[in-house]
Amino acid sequence: MDTVQKYAPGEHPDLKPPIGQTGVLLWLRKNFFSSPFNVFLTLATLYFLYLIIPPALSWMFADAVFVADSRDHCRELGDGACWGFIEKRLGQFTYGFYPLEERWRVNLTFVIFIFALLPVLWDKMPARRKWIWVPLVFPFVAAWLLLGGFGLEDVTTDQFGGFMLTMVIGVTGIVCSLPLGILLALGRQSDLHFIRWLCTGFIEFFRGVPLITLLFVASTMLNYFLPPGTSFDLLLRVLLMVSLFSSAYIAEVVRGGLQAIPKGQREAADAMGLKYWASMRLVVLPQALKISIPGIVNTFIGLFKDSTLVIVIGLLDPLGISRASLSDAKWQGLSTEVYVFIALFFFVCCFSMSRYSIYLENKLHTGHRN
Amino acid sequence: MATTFDTNGPPKSSFSVSKLWTDKKSRGVIVQIIAMAIFCAVLAYLANNVVDNFEDLGKPFGFGFLQQPSNYDINQTLIEYNSQSSHGRAAVVGILNTLLVAFCGIILATILGFILGVLRLSPNWLVNKLAYCYIEFVRNVPVLVHILLVHGILVHSLPHPKQAIGVADSFFLSNRGFYMPQPLFQPLFWLVILAFVAGLIYAFWYKRSARIKQAETGQQSPVFWVMLASIIGLPILAYFLTGFPIEWQLPEQGKFNLKGGMAIKPEFLALWLALSLYTAAFIAENVRSGILAVSKGQSEAALALGLPRKRTMNLVVIPQALRVIIPPLTSQYLNITKNSSLAIAIGYMDIVATIGGISLNQTGREMECMIIVLSLYLFFSLTISTIMNWYNKRIALVER
Repeated sequence: MDTVQKYAPGEHPDLKPPIGQTGVLLWLRKNFFSSPFNVFLTLATLYFLYLIIPPALSWMFADAVFVADSRDHCRELGDGACWGFIEKRLGQFTYGFYPLEERWRVNLTFVIFIFALLPVLWDKMPARRKWIWVPLVFPFVAAWLLLGGFGLEDVTTDQFGGFMLTMVIGVTGIVCSLPLGILLALGRQSDLHFIRWLCTGFIEFFRGVPLITLLFVASTMLNYFLPPGTSFDLLLRVLLMVSLFSSAYIAEVVRGGLQAIPKGQREAADAMGLKYWASMRLVVLPQALKISIPGIVNTFIGLFKDSTLVIVIGLLDPLGISRASLSDAKWQGLSTEVYVFIALFFFVCCFSMSRYSIYLENKLHTGHRN
Repeated sequence: MATTFDTNGPPKSSFSVSKLWTDKKSRGVIVQIIAMAIFCAVLAYLANNVVDNFEDLGKPFGFGFLQQPSNYDINQTLIEYNSQSSHGRAAVVGILNTLLVAFCGIILATILGFILGVLRLSPNWLVNKLAYCYIEFVRNVPVLVHILLVHGILVHSLPHPKQAIGVADSFFLSNRGFYMPQPLFQPLFWLVILAFVAGLIYAFWYKRSARIKQAETGQQSPVFWVMLASIIGLPILAYFLTGFPIEWQLPEQGKFNLKGGMAIKPEFLALWLALSLYTAAFIAENVRSGILAVSKGQSEAALALGLPRKRTMNLVVIPQALRVIIPPLTSQYLNITKNSSLAIAIGYMDIVATIGGISLNQTGREMECMIIVLSLYLFFSLTISTIMNWYNKRIALVER
């Protein structure tokens, strides 16, 4: 009966660990059922998910209508979301009122934009240094392609709209606000009283008021500051305001980075005989910017999201387009579908930006923070 | 001769133009003077243009229009207002509406943000990931889309007032807003308020004396329960003793709309919910990083000293976490206040929509209206950041 086997010392074969101490079971127990409260939390969450997810999925996919002619047609075909509306208006959502036969120019600009981004973002790109001129030339090429002139048909900026307008505002704002923000941050840290006072005033003003009021200023009040009878393009005014606005935020982020750099770094650079700009460019800023990357990217994400605010002064970004098309009697009452669609677009853009910033942060994290 | 020595002596501080630029001090002065000159020149140019423009348009600059009747209605007002009231009063209504939604938003966003931040740190995988998904999704979508989405859902998906969702015949939710009973205060109600104030004063006096007593003798007092009893219990007692001096006016379902009671308009509801849900995601991240910033050794040390878990949390972890959380929290509060200006997109009449919107269009006073709006927002921002800086300084680590 007794089948206990005798083993010589050291000869016993390895036993399996007790059930529930390894693998899936352990993970389950640790994460979901470690205490009565945890069990309750798990069950409550599962119930909550059960309430939310199946209806949401069936609204989005199972009951949804993907091709339809009008809202009533949609309602006949299914109870879910009416994506037929988006499908019908996709061109407008993407290009706004950009002339139909010229839309290839927007597409081409976008393709070049991707190529211009590669040498900037992809650090292991083969022959990266050879391609660095692409992003430098890109703004001029993009302006030529989008606006026309020199052999291309002219397109006025009030025809810009949709996601294309969002990209124009976002990219221009990002490109202009970073250098300006760095200069402002240096100015705010400067020993020269007047410069410091000026930069502080500028930053505090732009951080203290909402962007929407600045856009109103751009659309209604800016003409008062120009010589009588002159005016410039509304989109240009908006770009100016957006850039100034986000440069104030960038300045504060960079200032945080500058303050984190020990004084000794600057003093060592002085001792080496470096002039102010050289010591900033070679010693202080590379370290300060490295620390401020997450903040800078957050500001960029904020800027990208804030580009939707141009709707209040009548520019036709995706939200403006959706408002215009929702007032069409054929499609009334479909606001949820449209806004969910726009939300998804922004989520994809902003989430990938924030993921990239985390990647960059890890890559540049060369210090020894235990 | 003495003159021959002069050439070999220490260099005379002779003046030369090139020295002005090589010397750090004088260069600084020169740069500042140049900057100041450019700044003044630009300012003068802009001011000159403004004066010219006003002359061209034949408009005098002035704030006299604030006294003229506004001729427009506002759907939600905290003070008495009608279309005969002045533009100035419309501006005040707008300011109060802005403050109302900012205040309510700050409270709800703080509560939701702290809950989400704690859930995000939960050891429960499911809860943790759910909070993560919520935070990431909400943070990466523009607040204006949130506002429009919530407003759209409230207006299009909720039933008409006729089929309003009612709870206990006193709360109704419809696409015209959320209706609830309105309190009508009877004359004796001031006694309840008096009791509340007295309870508040007593509670804080008790808290202070309890702290002094603990410092002197080490004895602890039941501070929490006494404070609860005096702040909440005392007014309730007064309410009963004075014979229930509040009457509730219930909303009733009429033919086309709900009548009576207190109504929260869908515009306010949408703005309030969207701002709070959006900002809560940011606050949650701040809370999470604040709690993670307190090293584990701190709570272990407190437990080793024999402090119970709750006191470890209250006395050791939370005070240190708050120190990290407060500064970013300040900027989130500022963001709520500034983002409330998006009200104009859904027709909630805040300061931008009243004085910066309709009044501006009616009177054509762009300059004056925008100056009012901009300076008000600057004032709000500076006030909030002053208060939060004061609070931050109070709880900051006292170092040598």
